[in-house]
Amino acid sequence: MGRIKNRVLLLLLVIGLAAAAGLAFLRHAPNRLVSGVRISFFEVLSAGGGLQPLWVLLSIGLPVLLLAAAVFLRDSRPTRLIVIAAAALLLGGLASLAGAEATRLASPALALAAGTTPGIERTSLGGSFWVISALAWLIAGDAIAHLGLRPVWRLMAGAAVIAPVLVCLATGRLEQLSLLKEYANRQELFNTALLQHVQIVLASLLPSLLIGVPLGILSVRDGRWMTALRAPMFASLNIIQTIPSIALFGLLMAPLALLATSLPLLAQWGIKGVGLAPAVIALTLYSLLPIVRSTAAGMTQVPRPVVDAAIGIGLTPRQVLWKVELPLALPVFIAGLRVATVQTIGMAVVAALIGAGGLGAIMFQGLLGGALDLVLLGVVPVVAMAVAVDAVLKTLASSLAHEF
Amino acid sequence: MIELQSVSKTFDGVKVIDEVSLNITRGEFIVILGSSGSGKSTLLKMMNRLIEHDSGRVLFAGEEIRSFNPEDIRRRMGYAIQSIGLFPHWTVEKNIAAVPTLLNWPQDRIKARTTELLTLLQLEPDLYRARYPHQLSGGQQQRVGVARALAGNPEVLLMDEPFGALDPVTRSALQLEIARIHKTSGKTIVLVTHDIDEALSLATRIVLLDKGAIVQSGTPLQMLATPANDFVLDFFGRSDVGIKLLGLRCVADHMRPVGQDGDPAAADASHSDPIPDTLSLREALSIFVSRRVPRLTVADSAGKLVGRIDLQDLLGHTSSAAQP
Repeated sequence: MGRIKNRVLLLLLVIGLAAAAGLAFLRHAPNRLVSGVRISFFEVLSAGGGLQPLWVLLSIGLPVLLLAAAVFLRDSRPTRLIVIAAAALLLGGLASLAGAEATRLASPALALAAGTTPGIERTSLGGSFWVISALAWLIAGDAIAHLGLRPVWRLMAGAAVIAPVLVCLATGRLEQLSLLKEYANRQELFNTALLQHVQIVLASLLPSLLIGVPLGILSVRDGRWMTALRAPMFASLNIIQTIPSIALFGLLMAPLALLATSLPLLAQWGIKGVGLAPAVIALTLYSLLPIVRSTAAGMTQVPRPVVDAAIGIGLTPRQVLWKVELPLALPVFIAGLRVATVQTIGMAVVAALIGAGGLGAIMFQGLLGGALDLVLLGVVPVVAMAVAVDAVLKTLASSLAHEF
Repeated sequence: MIELQSVSKTFDGVKVIDEVSLNITRGEFIVILGSSGSGKSTLLKMMNRLIEHDSGRVLFAGEEIRSFNPEDIRRRMGYAIQSIGLFPHWTVEKNIAAVPTLLNWPQDRIKARTTELLTLLQLEPDLYRARYPHQLSGGQQQRVGVARALAGNPEVLLMDEPFGALDPVTRSALQLEIARIHKTSGKTIVLVTHDIDEALSLATRIVLLDKGAIVQSGTPLQMLATPANDFVLDFFGRSDVGIKLLGLRCVADHMRPVGQDGDPAAADASHSDPIPDTLSLREALSIFVSRRVPRLTVADSAGKLVGRIDLQDLLGHTSSAAQP
């Protein structure tokens, strides 16, 4: 055991191997209504999806070998770089293998031989694909975190790791997978839902910022008013945060419906008991707490002598706020914005239940119809969006903190 | 330049400044000296309206400071505090340029001014211009703080314990620097400190503050030689007042020049190195004691023997030295 240098990596590899052996890599069904047959990782590997064996060896065998070797290598910069490259290669290899196998299974000749209708068969990604991909992502992320890169480069490295998968996606290698077939069938619907989702998130965050940032700034100012208001304000924001989202949507439906019937003008603007209005209001309320709290926290950690000096050399109160306090509060504020944004992206899924649309609509449609691929079509973009926003804002916050 | 007339300030029912009157004339180096809680910082902050006075009048250039816009008056007075007051998100250059930028100076003038100030404070401009405060040592940060205070070419420089956080070596280097700047620029400087030696070495006039009131105000020599009461005597350290007095006097003023009283070289057969005539008598005393000799020869900056000084000379001439 003394020669094993990276136990975490070893553990992850063992889990990956177990997943490959125990879980289906792909599931193939003649149509989307019947549940398909499991195809294991090793079956796919031996079939090779019609890919050149050399290609499979390079994109799957080589990275696995490299990762296995890294278990025994001393933790150093070159080792980490090898691990990152191997994980990236493996992610791309898995995707292209799955895509190629799905394409092979979709060939009309095969369908005819099996006596099924070509074109409607479904090949979906199975458990071991997701598990191994997630493990590869974890391995790469861990190695990147230990490289000690500057925040922007860390983000770039993260993007580089998923680049091979994106290349497979862009070149159409994956289009015979059921997830993408569902996408192809519902392209219009999906694009609308995606746009709606982004709209809900932005429409919720914007008012939250407009209300939350001034509130946060005021809450740290001295003055009889604010000192009296601070405690009740944070208390009520905390209470809002603890109300389950569906309950809050429900609570808002009644008053908004009432408002819409008594003021028809509002109804014309689209403000009614169901739909966008209650969703946006609820999500705004939820994101208010992280925004107000992080603004206040950012403002209080600005060193008092810096503010004193700024006033002392003749900056006006407005200049002190804009040129000194807000820039110095920014890293902490962005951390809060990150929490608020990720939280809103996730909660907006639930908003589909009250008719606000968004990716949640696709997900619930899939859940009700028992179509797992449809669920994934709704969930995967939400997760991707949250991860991307999280990474970008994290990078922004830490590179700002780096500067100061 | 700045005149305080019976100024008082009360915080939560406690009188922190009590009927203080002080007239600061152009070119003075005023050191407001006092222990913590004496109200010295408050007094300084009332001069640029960081703290508003409750009663009395504060005049700047002959006018009540309340008639000025607070930002305008602050831009006409430099303000330096401990190094942590630098803007951490701005480069050294931008920090120094803060007031000129507020005053809307043209870009090339600001650039020239920052270069000039960095040079004045012995920071290589091209090396330090683009650095951030956290990349500087404490002493360098303080130099930048002083440069920022001077940047707008203010009529008065207000300094609130500017060297408090520095190590002794850096502190005395910066004290020399600020004394040099005062001498060459002729600016009016008001500095707050609790450091007695700093006050004695820098001030043209010391204002000793206790419980918000002026106890005594005068030249360093007056404070030591003619203390107004026991508090002043105690404050300056009763037992070593004599030593501090010696510190204010210069060898050149008390030595016996060549030609008077015999040939200095011959007068001391066992003489070791001559001492520079710029030393204070305090430093001379230290040399007397460490060399265990009753007599030292004195040389000028060029190394030429100019006189000699005897141990007993340290005692004499007090009457003439009391009127510098």
